[in-house]
Amino acid sequence: MQTMTGAECVIRLLERQGVTAIAGIPGGTNLPLYDALSRSEKITHILARHEQGAGFIAQGMARVTGEPAVCLATSGPGVTNILTAIADAKLDSVPVVCITGQVPTPLIGTDAFQEVDTYGMSIPITKHNFLVRSVEELLTVIPEAFRIATSGRPGPVLVDIPRDIQVENISIDSFPKPSHPDESPQVSNADIKTAAAMINAAARPILWVGGGVAASEAGELCRDIAETASMPVTMTLMGLSVIPRDHELNIGMLGMHAERYTNMALEGCDLIVAAGVRFDDRATGKVNEFCPNAKIIHIDIDHCELDKLRSASLGILGDIKSVFERLKPKIEKKKRTEWTGYINALRNAFPPHAPAESGFDTPQKFIRLIGEMAGDSAVVTTDVGKHQMWTAQSYPFSGGRQWLTSGGLGTMGFGLPTAIGASLAAPDKKVICFSGDGSILMNMQELATAVEQNVNVTVVLFNNQCLGLVHQQQELFFNGNCFSSEFAVNLDYVSILRGFGWSVCDLADDSGEEAHAQALTEILATDGPCLIHVPVSREEKVLPMVPPGAANRVMIGGDTNGR
Amino acid sequence: MAGKCKQTVLDILVKNHPGVMAHVTGLFSRRGFNVEAILCLPIADGTTSRIWLLVNEDGRLEQMMRQMRKLQDVYDVSTNSEYKKVFYDLSSVMETEASQLHAEVS
Repeated sequence: MQTMTGAECVIRLLERQGVTAIAGIPGGTNLPLYDALSRSEKITHILARHEQGAGFIAQGMARVTGEPAVCLATSGPGVTNILTAIADAKLDSVPVVCITGQVPTPLIGTDAFQEVDTYGMSIPITKHNFLVRSVEELLTVIPEAFRIATSGRPGPVLVDIPRDIQVENISIDSFPKPSHPDESPQVSNADIKTAAAMINAAARPILWVGGGVAASEAGELCRDIAETASMPVTMTLMGLSVIPRDHELNIGMLGMHAERYTNMALEGCDLIVAAGVRFDDRATGKVNEFCPNAKIIHIDIDHCELDKLRSASLGILGDIKSVFERLKPKIEKKKRTEWTGYINALRNAFPPHAPAESGFDTPQKFIRLIGEMAGDSAVVTTDVGKHQMWTAQSYPFSGGRQWLTSGGLGTMGFGLPTAIGASLAAPDKKVICFSGDGSILMNMQELATAVEQNVNVTVVLFNNQCLGLVHQQQELFFNGNCFSSEFAVNLDYVSILRGFGWSVCDLADDSGEEAHAQALTEILATDGPCLIHVPVSREEKVLPMVPPGAANRVMIGGDTNGR
Repeated sequence: MAGKCKQTVLDILVKNHPGVMAHVTGLFSRRGFNVEAILCLPIADGTTSRIWLLVNEDGRLEQMMRQMRKLQDVYDVSTNSEYKKVFYDLSSVMETEASQLHAEVS
């Protein structure tokens, strides 16, 4: 029998779950938790500078490892600040456990200082949430939070703990066992057989992979199946790192900013094998006109996704890795030369916008250059905007949990704190954060956290002095009325980041490509947080583009290679 | 009360705690799916409750039921259109009461 406070009990339970780092900010109602955390020998604390930063640092840790990560905020504004990062984790299915302090139980509902209805506000943006009502409940709630966050389709779980429960004593005979994810649903042999038969019988199949394939780490199996069946692979934004960029069956990202030939190939396919995707409107365009001639096999761990937006000919509820493992031996080796030849002809007729070579003259070529210099093991994060789409189109991905981007929520400010979290969880890897001058300001306080933690994060800042993707939509769809999207002041990011203690490489000067290449080599070999500042013209667009709400065949631009 | 649409009753078995109604009804409000009537009572020892929701039968109902099964506090969901009678009986009681109240006030 041992006696401890509720706060100490929480920290012990987190240790037992294998947690080694927590990102957060202390405040009035979580101070007992912080006091207990200070005495932990197993968990280190990463002090963020804004709770949204703490939430994204946890996301970075979770996205790069696949393990659940923990963030900690105080009640009231601490909670409202962190909710954006939690909503982001919900939409991209990232296992995060968010623990928040709450005002003491007797004060709940009285509009107490720094009280908000955390439970009510977090219902629609979490996978599940708890308001702890007694100190004894902690023994079940904390392991449950981890079980729920990691079972099936992962997601964020929020645990709200009133301050009085944190300081109350509890006597514990023995701690509960750490929780584990639930078993995945069983897939019937009949479904596997039907899926294999459909793939084997298809003349023009396409494999469409998304974040679910990355989450279940089924990339290699996916490649094996694609190669055996000579089945081209397209990816959603979330699934981009599943297949190496230059693999011959990789036909690139689909949807709003796809290559023209990719969307055209999808128009012509007779079978689409949709794995770990949710038929998002940015991927499918007008969903009723998406792949009009194709049968659909939809594989997903979440029953709600099957038949949600398009009825599948065959829906398989299960873990993609185990489905692919059982499917693989049943796939017949076929060359499908007519189909791959047709796609190659499309590719030749509508050459990809993404550069085949790296260089300095366009943002896309520059992104490829950074990728080649950083090497296959680098982890890539982005913010949201033009730079994100350029990176999606051009970065030489090599596979695995390499690509961390805000897909569903599209949160500007995601890139920097997520890169910090990724670097802390994978300290042997270089982390590159592609950002823009619109996004970087949205969580720039974490520049301080990066220096404090001395993380190997390199921010590549594309500076076009505007909210680029907004600017582009105004140009294309609002008669060029670029209202409120251009910045009047030209900030000196080089001095600002130097002021934070970052190493800086400025490509704004006209010293020439050779000098710039030399400067890049030096900065990429520098340890600790580094900035590469890249001026970009406002006129550089993200093309091709499907207008929002239109069918994917309606594409603007990209009919010629142009450059 | 029967309205124009065909109606049915969702029979939901849930863990009984203060937040569970918000979880269940939130699913409906977020998707703009109207709940026509609600009945909720604790059963057995009070650790579980049974919620009956009178809803219109439209094409989204299957998706709603799947979403509901994902809720951690929901143990079971089914439909039973025979329970509609309970709501219609209650409805006539309420309407009678309401007209009496109206008569007293005016």
